[in-house]
Amino acid sequence: MGRRTKMPGVNAGSMADIAFLLLIFFLVTTSIETDAGLDRRLPRENKDSVVVDYHKRNILPILIGKNGDLMVKEELASLGELRAFVRAFIDNGGILEGNQGHCGYCGGEADPESSDNPLKAVIALNSHRETKYGVYIAVQNELVGAYNELRDREAQHLYQKNFTDMDREYHRPETTAEAKADLRNKIKYIRGLYPLNIVELPQQQKSE
Amino acid sequence: MSKFAKKKSGDLPAVSTASLPDIVFMLLFFFMTVTVMKDSSLKVENVLPNANEIKKLEKKDRVITIYVGAPTREYAKVYGTEPKIQLNDKFANASDVGDYILMERAKKPQELQNVLTTSLKVDKNANMGLISDIKQELRKVNALKVNYTTYEGDAFNNVD
Repeated sequence: MGRRTKMPGVNAGSMADIAFLLLIFFLVTTSIETDAGLDRRLPRENKDSVVVDYHKRNILPILIGKNGDLMVKEELASLGELRAFVRAFIDNGGILEGNQGHCGYCGGEADPESSDNPLKAVIALNSHRETKYGVYIAVQNELVGAYNELRDREAQHLYQKNFTDMDREYHRPETTAEAKADLRNKIKYIRGLYPLNIVELPQQQKSE
Repeated sequence: MSKFAKKKSGDLPAVSTASLPDIVFMLLFFFMTVTVMKDSSLKVENVLPNANEIKKLEKKDRVITIYVGAPTREYAKVYGTEPKIQLNDKFANASDVGDYILMERAKKPQELQNVLTTSLKVDKNANMGLISDIKQELRKVNALKVNYTTYEGDAFNNVD
């Protein structure tokens, strides 16, 4: 029995096989899911519809047709020019200086036929029941893009930072509490300058 | 100097495979951390549209997911090819969405019940009528925070 003085080492050669087996199991049972998208807040449901006295110039109607064609202010438009159009509409600032509601930070053309100020500018989005969801998302993306561009511009002007970067930084877990509080105020302020006013008109229920 | 040029045997030493398990484990841990378990198998086509102005959903446990799309091939015989809603593991009508949200909301801890987001994972070929119906249902149960979940990419790719 004097031969058992040295312990034989456990063969680790099959370890790799075991690990591979586990790896393949996880590869098969899991999926890399996306968890990003466009955030939107639906309006509260109110039984009696509120009639808001809105002037026509403050509303930008966008209609997405059955085949994905766009109607902006009763004129055909392409998706590519939508962003610039929406931007010009929101940033118009139609009320002249000295009057109530004048938008001091707007850089638009102050066209009296377009919106008064960004707080009043409303985008009315309407789609057909047959409209493809992809097109709808593309339009929503352009709308958010137009708002983000304007917010970025204002944030650059005020804080020398992009709004979208500030927002991203706010949601990053490494950001300290003080920085977060500071960012929250700034984000809130910028959002207040250009609030996301998108109204979606409800479609008729499907008649079955 | 002969210290450094001592051994010079002819045959090559074998490559050690001892670190192979470590490498594989590393891969394993990578996949374990970046993926999530499938909680329900998809019964609908789910090619999400692209968008680039997107925001990340914050926390997984605050999200209720609704899938919409045309039934996959194996279910198309029974359920047809029109886009359908999938809640958990079964097909549903737009009118079931409200109940589903309330049920899922009740399952969550009290403190999260008011901060839930509904993630709409909708196939890009679905039509807006169904989405609009879902949104009406969501409004009825006061689930107002919505995220149109998308892939990151150029939004113009959605239109062909």
